[in-house]
Amino acid sequence: MMTNDILYSIQGLNVEYETRLGAVKAVDNVSFDIQKGEVLGLVGESGCGKSTLGKALLRMIEPPGRITSGKLLFDDLDLMTLSSSRMREYRGSRIGMIFQDPMTSLNPVQNIADHLTEVMLTHGMYSGKEESREHAETIIDRMGIRPERIDDYPHQLSGGMRQRVMIALALALNADLIIADEATTSLDVIVEAQFLDLLRELRDEFDLTIILITHNIGVVAELADRVAVMYAGRIAELGTVYDAFEQPLHPYSQGLMQSVPNIRLEEGDTLYKMAGEPPNLLQPPTGCRFHPRCPQAMDICSRTNPNFRTSHADHYVSCWLYEEHTDEKERQSGAIS
Amino acid sequence: MSDKNNGSVLVSLKNIKKWFPVHLGFFANMLARGEPEFVRAVDGVSFEITRGEVFGLVGESGSGKTTVGRLALRLLEPTEGQVFFDNIDISTHSHEELRRLRARMQVIFQDPMASLNPRMSVSDAIAHPLQIHYPEKVKEKDEIVRAVLEDVGLAPPHIFMNKYPHQLSGGQRQRVVIARALVTEPELILADEPIAMADVSVRSLLLDLMNRLKDEHNLTYLFITHDLATAKYICDRIGVMYLGKLVEVSSLTAVYSKPLHPYTQALMAAVPIPDPNRRRSQALPRGEIPSPINPPSGCRFHPRCPIAKAECSEVDPEMRELEPGHFVACHYAEQFL
Repeated sequence: MMTNDILYSIQGLNVEYETRLGAVKAVDNVSFDIQKGEVLGLVGESGCGKSTLGKALLRMIEPPGRITSGKLLFDDLDLMTLSSSRMREYRGSRIGMIFQDPMTSLNPVQNIADHLTEVMLTHGMYSGKEESREHAETIIDRMGIRPERIDDYPHQLSGGMRQRVMIALALALNADLIIADEATTSLDVIVEAQFLDLLRELRDEFDLTIILITHNIGVVAELADRVAVMYAGRIAELGTVYDAFEQPLHPYSQGLMQSVPNIRLEEGDTLYKMAGEPPNLLQPPTGCRFHPRCPQAMDICSRTNPNFRTSHADHYVSCWLYEEHTDEKERQSGAIS
Repeated sequence: MSDKNNGSVLVSLKNIKKWFPVHLGFFANMLARGEPEFVRAVDGVSFEITRGEVFGLVGESGSGKTTVGRLALRLLEPTEGQVFFDNIDISTHSHEELRRLRARMQVIFQDPMASLNPRMSVSDAIAHPLQIHYPEKVKEKDEIVRAVLEDVGLAPPHIFMNKYPHQLSGGQRQRVVIARALVTEPELILADEPIAMADVSVRSLLLDLMNRLKDEHNLTYLFITHDLATAKYICDRIGVMYLGKLVEVSSLTAVYSKPLHPYTQALMAAVPIPDPNRRRSQALPRGEIPSPINPPSGCRFHPRCPIAKAECSEVDPEMRELEPGHFVACHYAEQFL
């Protein structure tokens, strides 16, 4: 991959939350690249660190959490080196974020027009209220909200419309990257599908790059180009959506893909039942964090964390099964039949 | 416990309605003219649940599925209509008579943390229904709790008996809720989104547990979910709700392979499938589910329906049996046969 194809390169990112019981490493040495124009699905269960990772990309981690180390190279500029006021300029204008519950992101006493014009005026896009209001009308129209509703307040909008306003806010300043954190989770299926359609269109129209953070692998299969599977603060696997769904390498991804009910299931089909539950990150398992639940765990898995490396082409995995130097004897002695 | 009655009707709802009055507040009430307004959460729903089956109620939020579930156990007073449990009309029962029946019907809700008293140990929580319904059994309570804990897969039971909800994982908590529901040896269990809060990798385990318990304890489930894939995995028959009404009722296979109501068809098409090769191609209905305060006239789906004709806005379609056991409330569903 040439460097100019990469919009955002995350290198060795660590995020910790300080708690009474000790530090929780929510993101543990995560490195990956986000390519220009792609939809990257970031999937994992609750508590795996996917939302923390999403917020870290905008440097929006709030105390008691903090980014302890790592580089955030956005368009070759390390965002970690920016002052907080410069960082604020980046938020919204270059990187926008949409959360699960739009009601908590929107101000209940401001109407849609206020929200949009405030953003545009703050970032100096327009100097006059008239111009920015006109632009705001064009944007919400593009989002599928009738322009005459621009004076409506958040409580007058449906859930789907509120999420459209959130996208409008992100696009008002022509952001390059949108991070959507469980943005469709509170929506009903039909509205969710409408929203995914909109994202798909906007991606093409505005050359957007989208990070889709979700626990719903169906949503990822529907929209993503590449998928990163996160487990207990680390990325277990990263590959194209076809790699991830058709030939998942990591035993966790394999289990996840086969344990989710699917409307294509036939009568009598059974789902894979993964042993155990996700670990508590206060005391994460040693070595590979998935090893206590892994059906293929070997001795080495409980001792040393595997590297995150390419298995073939652009398919990355962090698993001893794919490390070339795995001792063959060890594999056999530890394998569970 | 016996299965001698398998196949007979356990629950029957006859034209049940639940209208909630809209409270406008003092001044708005003074100013309001004409009739008081109602949210028609459930507006004339009839169906039967046969002993031993899993009857699924699916629909989007606001469709009234949860209200129907509560009405079926008379946790809510119906505005109109009748509810029969084992041929007893419970809609006219006194609270004393109801309480005696309640041992035979139990509930599992979505959020186990909200269902469990944080100050009650697992063993006290599970034994609580015994104290209410079978005080004579309280002296054997430890034995009973142990047995039921093993039943729900919390083994060995002594590890869990003295724990409190906050010491358990999400999946374990939901198992405790299931154990508590089982302890009175009920015939009917209302399960309202029982796995929606569980981690993705834990859901299939809970579903399989519920399936196994159903067979072992001769249970009948009223299973409420917004997730069509989950419903497909566990249900025998499905009822699809839209805006307070049932639009289609049938066996699992018929609803999923040949949905006859245009709304069901839209719903099925909108469900994201975890397979990137099967991205959705069908068009979606426009808009969102309207307000149940002033629902559309005639068929409530007509403003969004692709095949709506003039009649649909005037005449509310009756439920018709277009195939044996396949009921649909649509004037023009024959074309999909």
